[in-house]
Amino acid sequence: MPTSYFLALSAIMFTLGILGVLLRRNALVIFMSLELMFNAANLAFVTFANQYQLLTGQIFVFFIMAVAAAEVAVGLALMVAIFRNKGSVDIDQMNSLKG
Amino acid sequence: MFLSETTSMDPQFLLVPLVVFLPLLGILVNWLFGKRLGEKAIGAIASLAAGGTFVVSLLLLLALRMQPEGFRVPLLQWFSVGGLDVSWSFRVDTLSVVMMLVVSLVGTLIHIYAIGYMHEDVRHQGDPARFRRFFIFLNLFIAAMMILVSADNFLMLFVGWEGVGLCSYLLIGFWFEKGEGGIANAKAGKKAFIVNRIGDFGLLIAIFLIFWAFGSLNFGDIFPNVGQVAASQPGLMVAITLFMLLGVSGKSAQIPLYVWLPDAMAGPTPVSALIHAATMVTAGVYLMTRSQALYLAAPAAQNVVMWLGAVTAIFAALIAVAQFDIKKVLAYSTISQLGFMVAAVGMGAEVAAMFHLVTHAFFKALLFLSSGSVILGLEHGITAGAQSEGMHGHAAHVDPQDMRNMGGLRKKMPTTFWVYVIGALTLAGIAPLAGFFSKDEILAAANEKNIYVFVLLVSAAFLTAFYMGRQIWMVFFGKARSEAANLARESAPLVTVPLIILAILSVIGGGLNFPGVMSLEHWLGPSIQVHEATFALPVAIGSLLVALTAIVLSWLIYGRKPLAESTTQDPLARSLGGVFSLLNQKFKVDEMYQAVIIRPFEKLSDFFAHPVDQGFIDGIANGLGSLVVALAQSLRKLQNGYVRSYALSIVAGIVIILIYLLVRV
Repeated sequence: MPTSYFLALSAIMFTLGILGVLLRRNALVIFMSLELMFNAANLAFVTFANQYQLLTGQIFVFFIMAVAAAEVAVGLALMVAIFRNKGSVDIDQMNSLKG
Repeated sequence: MFLSETTSMDPQFLLVPLVVFLPLLGILVNWLFGKRLGEKAIGAIASLAAGGTFVVSLLLLLALRMQPEGFRVPLLQWFSVGGLDVSWSFRVDTLSVVMMLVVSLVGTLIHIYAIGYMHEDVRHQGDPARFRRFFIFLNLFIAAMMILVSADNFLMLFVGWEGVGLCSYLLIGFWFEKGEGGIANAKAGKKAFIVNRIGDFGLLIAIFLIFWAFGSLNFGDIFPNVGQVAASQPGLMVAITLFMLLGVSGKSAQIPLYVWLPDAMAGPTPVSALIHAATMVTAGVYLMTRSQALYLAAPAAQNVVMWLGAVTAIFAALIAVAQFDIKKVLAYSTISQLGFMVAAVGMGAEVAAMFHLVTHAFFKALLFLSSGSVILGLEHGITAGAQSEGMHGHAAHVDPQDMRNMGGLRKKMPTTFWVYVIGALTLAGIAPLAGFFSKDEILAAANEKNIYVFVLLVSAAFLTAFYMGRQIWMVFFGKARSEAANLARESAPLVTVPLIILAILSVIGGGLNFPGVMSLEHWLGPSIQVHEATFALPVAIGSLLVALTAIVLSWLIYGRKPLAESTTQDPLARSLGGVFSLLNQKFKVDEMYQAVIIRPFEKLSDFFAHPVDQGFIDGIANGLGSLVVALAQSLRKLQNGYVRSYALSIVAGIVIILIYLLVRV
């Protein structure tokens, strides 16, 4: 299969992630959209790694996965704390830091 | 230069710095230990310090007899910038030593007098702790005055000039919380200070111009080169001398800056005698005598000086005729006599000016101190009256300086009476007292120089004799016109003994430059250019007759039928009417200055303060602030707290960067 198919999929995934982040109000959905963007990037990495027969891209993907896992742990903890405070995870309600 | 000077110099000349440092030592002792010492000790230390300067001045006099050309005694280098090299060195020549002798002799006598006077005064005013402060100020004054007269360059002279101005300010406002409305004395001090600043501006400009023209401020570099500069820049010479004259008219109370001196009478009487009659106010005359070479090179300026002095002399004498405050009369008299001296300098008769300066220091100090003794007597009467009537007698409201409240003091204060009469006759110019000779020398010079000036000065002399006669009749003759005058008593010997010494000096002072002997003229010869003064017998007899006529006239008006009550109208006021009240109100000069200068100045300040400063300049500063605030207001809208809009801006940023990268390629 040509490389461009994978890249197109990656771009679509990334765009969907961005739209999710921008348009959804539920923090959990935004979180999932973020993961989508991560994985779009991961997909691009492996695609290029395959294309150029290099291992570096693949190793990067593992790094990203590890970091993303840590990030998810922190993010979910935040989410729980927010829910305990506000009784909801609607991020538009968390706007007290405005100027 | 330094070595050659010291080797050929009589070692006595090296004592000269003591004239400044002895008073400073007196200040130090009184300052550090004065609190524990009694009044007597404080007064004794201060008087000894002043007396020490007199001894040093006498030693300098003796040394000068051997080497009349005088010497320059360097003390220390002050600063050296580019071509300007200013050192503090003392100029010991016959002119400066005359001034030192006058300042230290009169100063010492006044210090002694002040021990007795201030003892009473601090109690009368209710703050005995200020006794020490008074003597510290007096010693400071002596030190500053000595710096002034011993200066060897214009800058040190200016230091002394400002120093005496400062002491004058401090001592006028000595009872700064007293006076009309609790502020009149402080205001008088402020007025003296500000008016003198105007004069000092003139002197400073003159000094700058001198440096510009001569490239030096040392007397020794300037005066010998005057001819050269005057030949190439005659206009500059006139400018220098006229700006200097402005300084002189400030310090020596000439028109138009004389207005501070009458108000300066708010100070204690020894201050009026020492600073505002005998020494400080003559600094201007000394300055012009010292700078004689400059004035000789600018005849136009000399004319201005002569006319200014003569007009001041008659103007102040007119005002003095209609004053009721015993010290105000003497204050205007001082202005008038200073006018005589200034006119004499303008006529090129510097010796006559210095002669009159010396005799005037004696007799005017005498008159002021005697008036102080009279005031003490009346204050004693007020206190005694209040005690006999219980604590709130009407006597408490009597002004102890108003001559209308006096009368009949001849019997109560005999010593004061006699010395006062001697002082008054000396001032009036009755032969053979000192004032006769000195004033006559000025009149003779005027007679030769300019007949109009002569007439002005003779009229001033006539008025002088008249107002002194008026004062004597009003104060000492007739009957007591107030309870206080009735209860007055003679002052303590500490007060009267200096008066007697000054009276003796006033009597014999004329011998200094006795016609025919002319010792002062020969003495000053090595320091300044001297014109052979002629003793004009007709002028002398004429002026004597004028003075006698004036005294007789004053007797006819005030002596024959004395004022009955303190509220009686002045007999001159009855016959002169509006003229008298105009004189009494001092020609309304203060009011005129108020309207012409002070009020427009305040308006201008108000304009600068409100529309310009608060409106325009503050507008710029505040406007910048509001602009930033407004900008920030619109920027803070971006921070709206919604995470998603931040994310949007990040995306937008990325998109822009991507577009840029794409377009660039």
